[in-house]
Amino acid sequence: MDSSFFFGLSTMAYIFAMITYITYLAFRKNQIGIMATTITIIGFVSQTLAIILRWNEFAELSGMGFLRSAPFTNLYESLVFFVWCLILGYLIIEFKFKNRSFGAFITPIAGLALAFIDISGVSKEIQPLVPALKSNWLLAHVTMSFISYAAFSLSFSTGLMYLILTTSKRNEFSYVFWTITLSIFLVILIAMGIDFLTFKVMVKPDIFIKSYLFKSTFLNQTVAVRIISWLSCLIIILLTWRYGYVLKTIIEKFNLTPEILDEITYKSIAIGFPIFTLGGLIFGAIWADQAWGKYWSWDPKETWSLITWFIYAFYLHGRMLRGWRGKKVAIVAVIGFTAVMFTYLGVNLLLSGLHSYGSQ
Amino acid sequence: MSEEKKKNLIDKIWDFFASVKLAIILFALIATTSIVGTVLEQRADPTRNIQILNRLFGESLGSSIFSILDKLGFTDMYHSWWFISLLVLFAINLIICSLERLPRALNIIKEPLSPLTEERIKRLQIVRTISLKGNLETSRELINNALKTSGFNWNEVKEEKGYQYYSQKGKYSRLGVYFTHLSILIILIGVILGISLGFTGFINLPEGAATSVIITNNEKEIPLGFSIRCDNFDVEFYGRSDMPKEYRSWLTIFKNGKAVKRKAIVVNDPLTYEGITFYQASFGTLPNNLNNGIFIFRVISKDGIKSDLKLRLGDSFQIPSSTLEGKIIDFSPALRIDQQGRPFTYTNQMYNPAVYINFYESGKLKFGGWILRRYPETWLLPEGHRVEFHDYWGVEYTGLQVRKDPGVWVVYLGCIIMSIGLFIAFFISHRRIWIKVSEDKNNTTVIIGGTTNKNKTAFEEKIDKLVSKIVQKREGGR
Repeated sequence: MDSSFFFGLSTMAYIFAMITYITYLAFRKNQIGIMATTITIIGFVSQTLAIILRWNEFAELSGMGFLRSAPFTNLYESLVFFVWCLILGYLIIEFKFKNRSFGAFITPIAGLALAFIDISGVSKEIQPLVPALKSNWLLAHVTMSFISYAAFSLSFSTGLMYLILTTSKRNEFSYVFWTITLSIFLVILIAMGIDFLTFKVMVKPDIFIKSYLFKSTFLNQTVAVRIISWLSCLIIILLTWRYGYVLKTIIEKFNLTPEILDEITYKSIAIGFPIFTLGGLIFGAIWADQAWGKYWSWDPKETWSLITWFIYAFYLHGRMLRGWRGKKVAIVAVIGFTAVMFTYLGVNLLLSGLHSYGSQ
Repeated sequence: MSEEKKKNLIDKIWDFFASVKLAIILFALIATTSIVGTVLEQRADPTRNIQILNRLFGESLGSSIFSILDKLGFTDMYHSWWFISLLVLFAINLIICSLERLPRALNIIKEPLSPLTEERIKRLQIVRTISLKGNLETSRELINNALKTSGFNWNEVKEEKGYQYYSQKGKYSRLGVYFTHLSILIILIGVILGISLGFTGFINLPEGAATSVIITNNEKEIPLGFSIRCDNFDVEFYGRSDMPKEYRSWLTIFKNGKAVKRKAIVVNDPLTYEGITFYQASFGTLPNNLNNGIFIFRVISKDGIKSDLKLRLGDSFQIPSSTLEGKIIDFSPALRIDQQGRPFTYTNQMYNPAVYINFYESGKLKFGGWILRRYPETWLLPEGHRVEFHDYWGVEYTGLQVRKDPGVWVVYLGCIIMSIGLFIAFFISHRRIWIKVSEDKNNTTVIIGGTTNKNKTAFEEKIDKLVSKIVQKREGGR
């Protein structure tokens, strides 16, 4: 059995786990909850195995030794590792806070991300490494960056849930903020799905997403399609704004108090921030110094990670110094994660620069 | 009068820099302008950026927006006066805000811990009350045993109706955040040192060539004080693809005419001499020199006699211990076969160097063909001799990033301090705990109160553990 078998198994497990967690929310039977956790753990274990197997396959293929063959060198591998970190983070929270409802929020993200990998057509092949990536820093820099990304995405989902749970008036700033943010995420996902359908299925099988991203919607050649895309984007935003409170009644069933959500948001950031600083920024700088002869070159990825770092530093200072709690900081946490997403995916897909490894 | 005014002005400036509002404004300005800088390509050809702007704002606005942004310095914004001023203001803001708050933290650290009254203990963050059966002396022994393994260094005072224990841990962790702020300043100092005392530049050094001056990115000529020569350059490819696996330059440093250092550098493994570091960055072929290189062959006759040869285009050579003579007719830096089976050169980069050799015996052409460097199976001749094609030397150059940065160690020092500072700031907390033990009609009441500046739940768990230890010890003693 090779790594792809276990990757498939883990994707299936996460999707089953998602269904079970949602069933658990509906019926609140303890056995169903235990089943959901078990399925998640099965998915996690098989994903772990898959990563180790792929690591080994990579080491054998490249002949560079185990430490330098960490399988985190392209978009596919990084997404897989991101999901792995996310599930690990979730399992820790489930055991620490003894609350399963949160799983119904996280397992869909994991399942969606893995399904996205499958349909988006990012290359799953083990790709040879460009000389710049041949370094012992790869392992430390990339793993720590992704652990922090996963911690930040946990803080995003709890921050967003906090906002959903504590706002109800449609003219309230926080309400407008979260409905717009959520609908933009939704719009981007839908647009990528349409891109996939038009380019991947109908045209040709081996072009990278970078070359067709948003080409069938917002960047389409015909003006009419562009206008329709923007209009439907606006409609989705308006609908989310109009009916957003429905989500509130769903999350109220989760048995999560705003205090717990606020605390998980803070704790995830408090863990993610130092790891991001050390692994992402400092180790990245040392490696850049060795490979490019510059510890900082204002490359778009570097700049965006600095912006991300600033936003989370702002969150921490707001919370510590000014004693901000609740909505204010939850908004900052949500903004921080959009910066994370841009640092991780946006820079590679939309901008150019030295850090272009993840775009294939 | 003038003195008072002066003081007021300084106070005003101080207050201006100590405000959190300024911090927020600076932070927002740095972040948003940086975003513009990531969309526009920095120090790039103007046409590229006009293209980007045309796509974003339409053909009509693109070039006018570009000229505005260009005037404002956005095309090289991270080196513009206003961006650097923002960073400097940010640094000053950071210093003043830290200085403003530091005395408070130092006071908390300096202040000796003292016993508290019952009311005040009961108002602390975490409070637990236990009542134990038995008089003070028996309970006290139990408590003492439980406290021994708690990890705190306890102070003990005798009180009217009993005892009070109090202790604190991790008070210096309150300085973690100041270390982190300090580290940012140290890093900035390192950056400034690097910019003012160092330089970065780039050289393309052809095989066999040497240089003793560097042109920096600011187009200044800087003498190295020694000379550097590229002895050889070579690319290794993945399998049969044109994707480079590793590229390597063999460099030699000469000082006063003597070779003082030799190293083969690859990406991620540079060469440093007298504080100047040479990084493997790129490579290429000198198109004008393409036919003037030197072929490096090892010719092995079928009975195993070897001979190493250095030849040029048009040269002839003898296969050892035979009458076969080879003549180099043609060279291609990147040979490929088209669909009709005809060879052609697909680029003038050295991706697949090939040499065409004709072989003669006593003046008559016997056979001829292409010998490819990356395909050893083409090295074997029909009669069992081998012509190994090792290199075509002198037509490639190595692109070296050159840097002198005396500030880099200061930057690294800052990074180390930042890591330590963050670790302290996030993972060590200042915990204070008071335990009041008092006797009341043959019963003993124990009140435990604690405060911590972060991670309250963990401290709560710790206190609960202590409580259960005291209770268990008692039950075990029965």
